[in-house]
Amino acid sequence: MNVIVCVKQIPDPATPYRLEEGTNWLIRPEEQILDDTDRYGVEMGLQLVEPSGGTVTVVSMGPAGSGQGIRQALAMGADDAILIEDTSLRGSDALTTARVLAAAVGRREFGLVIAGTESTDGYSGVVPQMLAEILDVPALTYATKVEVDEGSVTIHRQTVAGYDVVTSSLPAVVSVTAGVVEPRYPTFKGIMDAKKKSIETLSMGDLGAERAPEQLVLSIVDAAERTAGRKIEDDGDAHEAIVALLAERKVI
Amino acid sequence: MPAVWVFVEQEGDGPTSLGLELLAKGRELGDATVVLLGPGSDEVFSILGDHGARAVLHLDGGDRLPSGPVAAALADRAGSDPPELILMGQAYNDRDIAGRLAARLGVGVLSNASDVRLTGGGVETDHEILGGTQIATASASQGPYIVLARPKSFVAEAVGGDAPTIEKLELPDIGAAEGRITETHVEEREGPQLGEASIVVSGGRGLGSADAYELVERLGKQLKGATGATRAIVDAGWVPYSKQVGQTGKTVKPEVYIACGISGAMQHLVGMKDAKTIIAINKDADAPIFSIADLGVVGDVHKVLPKLIEALESR
Ligand SMILES: Cc1cc2nc3c(=O)[nH]c(=O)nc-3n(C[C@H](O)[C@H](O)[C@H](O)COP(=O)(O)OP(=O)(O)OC[C@H]3O[C@@H](n4cnc5c(N)ncnc54)[C@H](O)[C@@H]3O)c2cc1C
Ligand SMILES: Nc1ncnc2c1ncn2[C@@H]1O[C@H](COP(=O)(O)O)[C@@H](O)[C@H]1O
Repeated sequence: MNVIVCVKQIPDPATPYRLEEGTNWLIRPEEQILDDTDRYGVEMGLQLVEPSGGTVTVVSMGPAGSGQGIRQALAMGADDAILIEDTSLRGSDALTTARVLAAAVGRREFGLVIAGTESTDGYSGVVPQMLAEILDVPALTYATKVEVDEGSVTIHRQTVAGYDVVTSSLPAVVSVTAGVVEPRYPTFKGIMDAKKKSIETLSMGDLGAERAPEQLVLSIVDAAERTAGRKIEDDGDAHEAIVALLAERKVI
Repeated sequence: MPAVWVFVEQEGDGPTSLGLELLAKGRELGDATVVLLGPGSDEVFSILGDHGARAVLHLDGGDRLPSGPVAAALADRAGSDPPELILMGQAYNDRDIAGRLAARLGVGVLSNASDVRLTGGGVETDHEILGGTQIATASASQGPYIVLARPKSFVAEAVGGDAPTIEKLELPDIGAAEGRITETHVEEREGPQLGEASIVVSGGRGLGSADAYELVERLGKQLKGATGATRAIVDAGWVPYSKQVGQTGKTVKPEVYIACGISGAMQHLVGMKDAKTIIAINKDADAPIFSIADLGVVGDVHKVLPKLIEALESR
């Protein structure tokens, strides 16, 4: 079985995010990293193809930059990558993203498409479901466990109360939570091999996907800020200050 | 009055609290029709009427994975007479249905909204961004507008309305896109629900080990509150996901929130920063959580919590 994993390159969350004047779009530096959320998907894909001997292809939409994030996924062991880069895709919403990803995925033979539950920089949390609808396949979402067996896939789907066991036929889209598997770190050999792997770069013209109706960010204002109160060093009696505050708030 | 569809899920014998919050907003914005997912009952319908629903579109998924068939049924129903706004929550089934429905209708989704306004033909939504430090206002260019609002953005309110009219929608056959729920597992829970409790005690990686979460549980119990957690310790498998507070977990607005060994990452803060009083215990004096804490204790959770629990026990 071949698996396609949707991965996003994002600005390092450890650096402050800045917005472009006018459009209020996120400024994306040349150097972007693989979204941590998507390392779980890559690992899941690798584990699922190991027994059957299929391939793992990563698909990513967005400015390529140095391509470092894509190389990270290839260094983990993914076989090849498809990158969709087109200036007309700047400021894309979830539906445009899903249409583009679906058009790219549709060029390959696949059993499973894996995505994260929500991206770190955009967190719309609806791209995998839209992708499934466009591909006309089931969306098995919020998976904490995934098993594939002869033409079907079964997951543990996280719910508010616990989890459900959900099953469908293949092909399907599965979105995985962090914690579904432990992502491997690239080995030195993996990093060297990644340099030789193929990255197919496509534009909107190659795909024929249509942009969704536009969404605009009209304005950005500072939120009412919550200010820091008192800070005390624990000298062995700090619990007394907590008890006093709880009493003052009449909760004890 | 603009037509507004409000998505509500049934939980046991009643609607979810998120559903009723959304209904309060939907009723304020227009003529509210509830899209109810669940087995339905006279009791549920009457609560929805009491909260201002004029009509109910009732869908019962049974053991079918709801997203596919529900999106198909709603797209079909919206076809002849689309509402101006479809208001749903930032929650699992809501997100799944919204995504599939939006793709069918060829419109976008405005996710993570903290408020929504209809502006005579248009829509405006507010979103807390960059860890809640800024508010972005967004709009979409084509309806029906599908909005996912964060839990606790609105306040549920009974207004004493009449029983709503009920229209049952059949779920269509969706062929290869079908999924089935074969088992349901419910985790055990004691004490008040995290989303509703007036006191929440949460723990993070600073507890050092899964065993130390017991300190959080004892304090929570002593205060008759609920216990929460950061994603870091949920991912580590120390506590179940149902305890996660934050952007991808629950939003809480208790009277008092006690953060134990939590750094205060922005994804955590968006889920708890609206607590009336915040108390934080962290051994790093520069931890970001202190910037929003009313009382910050720079100290070791393993020293402060046992003493605090003991002091409360002896009161
Ligand atoms: C897309 C996305 C969504 C996310 N959603 C969420 C979410 O919903 N909720 C969430 O919580 N996080 C979420 N996160 C993760 C978030 O970014 C942080 O990684 C997480 O909140 C950190 O958890 P923590 O505070 O327990 O751990 P850490 O950041 O590791 O902090 C531990 C703290 O404990 C302190 N400490 C250590 N030892 C002691 C001691 N003995 N006594 C006292 N203090 C001590 C340390 O000083 C430190 O400040 C999300 C991340 C992403 C990318
Ligand atoms: N631009 C993109 N390129 C590739 N995958 C994406 C992109 N945007 C979103 N995804 C996938 O969809 C998941 C959820 O993202 P989102 O819906 O934006 O929160 C991510 O974890 C990715 O797997």
